[in-house]
Amino acid sequence: MKRIRQFACVLLLVVTVASLGASVFAPANYATQFRDELPNAAPSRSHWLGTDDLGRDRFSRVLYGTRVSLLLAPAAALLSTLLAALIGALAGYLGGTWEKIAMTGADLFLSLPWLFLLLMVRAMLPLNVSAFTSVTVTFFLLGLLGWAASARVVCSGAKAIRNSDFVLLARASGVSRARLLLRHVLPNLKPVLLAQFWISIPIFILSEANLGILGLGVAEPLPSWGSLLRELESYANFSNEYWRLVPLVLLVITVTSFQLILSRDEVSA
Amino acid sequence: MLKLCLRHLFRIAVTLLLGGLLAATLIRFAPGFDTDEQQMDSRLSAESIQALRQQRAAQKNVLKFYAAFLSAAVRGDFGKSETLDRPVRELIAERLPVTLKLMAYGLVVGWSLALLFAVTATMARITAWDLATTALAGLFLCIPSAVLALAFVFIRAPGYLALGLIVFSHVFRYWRNLLDKSYAMPHIVTARAKGLGTVRILLWHVLPVSGAQLLAVAGVSVSIALGATIPVEALCGIPGIGELAWQAALGRDLSLLVTLTLLVTVVTLVANTASDVLGQAFRTQRA
Amino acid sequence: MIRKFGLLRWLAVVVLLAPFAFAQGGELHFCLKSEPKTFNPVLVEDDSSEVVRYLTGGVLVRINRQTQQLEPELATSWKITNSGRTITFNLRHGLYFSDGTPFSAEDVAYTMTQLMDPKLHSVTGDMFRSAQGTVQMNVLSPDRISITFPAAVAGLDKLFDQVAIMSAKSPRKEMAVLGPFYIADYKPGSYVYLRKNNNYWKKDAHGRQLPLLDAVKLDIQPNRDIELMRFKRGELDLIPALDSDYFNKLAEAEPGEVRDAGPSLDSDQMWFNQVQTAPIPDYKKAWFRSEQFRQAISMAINRADLCRIVFAGHAQPAVGPTSPANRFWFNSKLKPYPFDQQGALNRLAAAGFKFQNGVLRDSAGNAVEFSIVTNSSSKPRERMATMIQQDLSHIGIKVNVVVLDFPSLIERITEKFNYEAALLGFINDDLDPNSQMNVWLSSAENHQWNPVQKTPATAWEAEVDKLMREQASTADAHKRKVAWDRVQEIVYEQQPFIYLENKDALSAVSHNVANAEPVVLRPQTYWNIDELYLRNNGTHEGGK
Repeated sequence: MKRIRQFACVLLLVVTVASLGASVFAPANYATQFRDELPNAAPSRSHWLGTDDLGRDRFSRVLYGTRVSLLLAPAAALLSTLLAALIGALAGYLGGTWEKIAMTGADLFLSLPWLFLLLMVRAMLPLNVSAFTSVTVTFFLLGLLGWAASARVVCSGAKAIRNSDFVLLARASGVSRARLLLRHVLPNLKPVLLAQFWISIPIFILSEANLGILGLGVAEPLPSWGSLLRELESYANFSNEYWRLVPLVLLVITVTSFQLILSRDEVSA
Repeated sequence: MLKLCLRHLFRIAVTLLLGGLLAATLIRFAPGFDTDEQQMDSRLSAESIQALRQQRAAQKNVLKFYAAFLSAAVRGDFGKSETLDRPVRELIAERLPVTLKLMAYGLVVGWSLALLFAVTATMARITAWDLATTALAGLFLCIPSAVLALAFVFIRAPGYLALGLIVFSHVFRYWRNLLDKSYAMPHIVTARAKGLGTVRILLWHVLPVSGAQLLAVAGVSVSIALGATIPVEALCGIPGIGELAWQAALGRDLSLLVTLTLLVTVVTLVANTASDVLGQAFRTQRA
Repeated sequence: MIRKFGLLRWLAVVVLLAPFAFAQGGELHFCLKSEPKTFNPVLVEDDSSEVVRYLTGGVLVRINRQTQQLEPELATSWKITNSGRTITFNLRHGLYFSDGTPFSAEDVAYTMTQLMDPKLHSVTGDMFRSAQGTVQMNVLSPDRISITFPAAVAGLDKLFDQVAIMSAKSPRKEMAVLGPFYIADYKPGSYVYLRKNNNYWKKDAHGRQLPLLDAVKLDIQPNRDIELMRFKRGELDLIPALDSDYFNKLAEAEPGEVRDAGPSLDSDQMWFNQVQTAPIPDYKKAWFRSEQFRQAISMAINRADLCRIVFAGHAQPAVGPTSPANRFWFNSKLKPYPFDQQGALNRLAAAGFKFQNGVLRDSAGNAVEFSIVTNSSSKPRERMATMIQQDLSHIGIKVNVVVLDFPSLIERITEKFNYEAALLGFINDDLDPNSQMNVWLSSAENHQWNPVQKTPATAWEAEVDKLMREQASTADAHKRKVAWDRVQEIVYEQQPFIYLENKDALSAVSHNVANAEPVVLRPQTYWNIDELYLRNNGTHEGGK
C-alpha cells in the first residue's frame, strides 16, 4: 500500500506541475480557435487529443482546465468540510436544543431550492466580471452550501464520542470544553471529515459545470474540468471517439490518488 | 413515547412551514420571476403582454402568497401549475409514486453495493481490491449524472441502476472510513483474532459502535438520491417529480415549486429522523 | 378438385393483394420536445401544442408548405372585400367532426368568436387583431360565412391556416376535430397518441381515403441525444428538426435518411442595448448608438466561419430580417456584410475610436469591452458568441460571454435592460413580413434594442414605422414589397440587429417512411401527414 501511495503522490505532483506550467507545456493557447482546420478533429501530431467543437486544442484546454479545478475544488471542499466539522461537532457535543436547531437547519439546507440563490448571486454580479472572479465566487458558494449532508453525520459521531469514557474522564478532570472539542472530539471524527473532503472534490468540479447554465462557473473561453466533462453528454453519438474520455480518466486518476494519499491504515498491513 | 412522537411531529411541522416560506422567498426574489417566456412571441399584442405581466403581479407579495397557499393547502388545494396549466395536486399525485419507486430501488442498490464493497474491502485488506473499490467509487463520482443516465439509456438498462450507482459512489467512502475505524478498535481486533465469524462481528460488535453514524449517512443519502432523480428521470424518460421540478424551476412556477419543496422537506425529515431514532436505538442497546 | 382450385385462386388473390392491403397504414413515431400545454386550438402558444393542432385540426385554408401557395381545405373558395376587412368563405358540405357531429358555418363562427375573445389573449387571435373592436360573424347559410374585422388585416386569408375549427355543438368540445387524426390517448410526461380520423373528408388523387397512416405516436422527449439514439435504433421514424452536429454523423451511417431542405426562414442575431434609461455606463451607450460602431462590429464578424464551424456547413450568412429562402419578400439587392476587419477598423476610426497596442479605445480613452448575453439552452448560440469573442479580439475589443437561463435573460432584455449586447434567434414560421410588426414598430414590445418608445428615438426608426404601417394598410402585394424592401435596406444600413446566419432546415426521415418530402416551412417533415405511410407497416424495433 505504501508503494501505491507513493505512486499516487507522484501522479498528483505530475498533474499539478503540468497544470501550473500549462503556459509552458500547452502547445497552444486554450482559447485559440483553429478555424482553418475542422472542428472535432481526431488526435494528430499538432493536436494530441484532437480539437473540440470550436477547433480549440483539447490537450491545452485539459491542462489549463486542470489549473482552475485542481486549485479551487479542493479549497471549496476544505471550506465545506470545516463548516461541517464546526457545526456538526458543536451540535453533537453540546446536544439538547443546540443540536435540534443545528440539525433542523441542516435538513432545511438539504431541502431548499438553492438554484434560486445562485441565480440571485449571478444577477448581483456585474456582467463584465472576470472569468476568475466568477469561478472563485462559484466555488465559494458551493463550499458554503455543501456542509449540510456531512454535518449530520459528524453530529452523530460527536454525540457518540460525547458519552464515551475518555471524554467523561477528561471532563471530570476539568479539561475545558473548547480544548476537549479540538483535542479529543474532532480528531475522532476524522474518518467522516476525510470522506467528506474527498467526495466533495469531484462533486464540486461537476457542480461548477452544471452551474454554467445559470451564468456562474467558468466563462468562455476559460476551460474547467467540469466544462470538458460536459462534452461527454453527447458521447453516445460519438462513441468511436475515445479521446473524448481522457478528461474523465484524468479526473478519476486524480481523485483516486487524492483518496489514496488521504487514507491511512490504522493497523499496518 | 407519545411525547417523543409529538415532539418530532412538531419539529417536522415547524421545519415544513419555515421551508415553504424560505423557498417562496428565494423563488420570488430570484431573477426571471416577473417575466414569462411568452413575452418574446412577436405575434402577441401589447394588451396580451400586459395581461401576462399582471398574472405574475398577483404573486408578488411573498407573505400574502404563502398565507393564501397554506390556507388552501390545508384543504388539499395546492394551487395551479402555470407551466403545465393543471392543478398541482393532480401533477404530484401522478408523479410521486413513480419517483418514490425509483428512489426505493436506487437506494437499495446503492446501499447494498456500498455495504458489500466497504465490508469486503475493510475485512479482506487486499490491496488490489481496496484500490479497485476506491477507483470504482471514484469513477462513478466523476461521471456527471447526466452522462451516466444517458449511458444507461444507451445500453437500455433501467434508470434505478444509474441512481443506485450514484448513491453507491456517495455513500461508499463514508462507510468504508467508518468501518475501517471500527475494525481497528482493540476489541474488534481481539474478536477477529479469536476467530469470530464476519457476520457476527459486523452485527454484534461493529454496528453497535458505528451504527448511528452509518445510519446518518444512509439518511443523508436519501436527500442525495432525491437530487439525483432530476437528471435520471429527465433522461431516462421516467415521468416523476424530478423531471417536473426542473421544468418548474425554469418556469418559476411558484405554487408547484413550493409544493415540491415541502415534499422534499418531508422526505428529508422523515429519512433523517428515522436514522436518528434508529441510531438512538443502537446507542441505548450498546449501553 | 374444384375445391382445391378455388383455394388456390383465393390464395392467389390474397398473395397478390396483400402488399396493397398492408402497403399503407402503420404507426408513425416521432418526438415532441416538451409537454404540450393545451389541446384547445384557440389557446395554443407553445411548439408542442402546435404540433398536435396541426395533426388534428381542420382548417379552412392551408398554405402548402412545399409550394408556399394557399390552397382550399374546408373552404372551397373565399373572397376578400371591403378593403381587406371582410372575408367570405364558401365551405364544403356534408362533412362531419371526428365524433360524428355535422360541420357547418356555425362552427366557424363559434371558433372565431372564441379566438377573438379579448379576455383569452390567444396568440393566434392576436395575429388578426389589427385594431380594437369586435369581429362580426355573419352566417349567410350553413356553408357560407362572412367575417368582418374592425380594420384591414394584412395577409388575412393566409392567417386562417392557423385556425383549427372547433365544433359549436359537440359534447366532446375541442376533442372533436376535423383533421386527419384525433387524440386517442395522452399520458402526461410520456406521450400523446393520435388515431386516424375515420370521418376525415380528404381523399388522395387515387380516390383513397386519407390519412394513410393508422396512428401517430408522439413521445415527449426533451433530450436531443436520446432522440438521435432512438432514431438510429429504429424506434423513431422522423427527427423533425435535426441539429447540425448530428447531421454529418448520421449522414455517414445512413446517407439516405438525412435531409437538408436548404436555408430556412430562421435566423440568429446579435444586437446592442440602445435603451436610454439602461443601467449601463453612458460611454457604452454612446458606442451602441453609433451606427458606425454597429456596422464595424458587423464587418468584423466572420459569418462564413460561423456557418462552417457551428453549423457544420449547414447554414448561410444572413443579410437581414428576411431569409433568402423567402423568395418573394427577400430584397435580392442586398448581400451579407463582407468579412473585412481592416474595413471595420477604418469605420471605427471614422467614429473616433483608436486601435493601439492591440486595444481599441474610444475618443475618451475607455477600452472597448462589452458582454454578450445568450441563453444556455442553445449550444449553437453559445458557440457563436465564443467565435465572435475571438473575431472581435483581433480588432482590440474584449468580449465577455455571459450564458444565462432563459427567464433571467428575458428579464434583462425586456424589463431591467441591464445588459450590453444580446445574441438570440428568431424563429420565423411566416413568410409575410407583417408578422414582424411587433419587432419593427418603435412603440412595440419586441423592438428588442429599444422597445416601447413613446416617440421614435431616431429618424430611421420613424421611417421604418411609416413603412410598416404602409405595408399593413394595403392588400397590393407589390406595394407591400416596395415598402418592405426599403425596411430591409434601412436595417442593412443601421444594423440594429446584426444578423448572423440563416440555418438550413435539417431533418432525418427513416427509409420506412414513404411520401416524405421535407421542406423549409414548418412542419418541415410531416406537413403532408395525411399522405405519409410506413412501408413495413409500422413494425418498430424495440420501442417504448
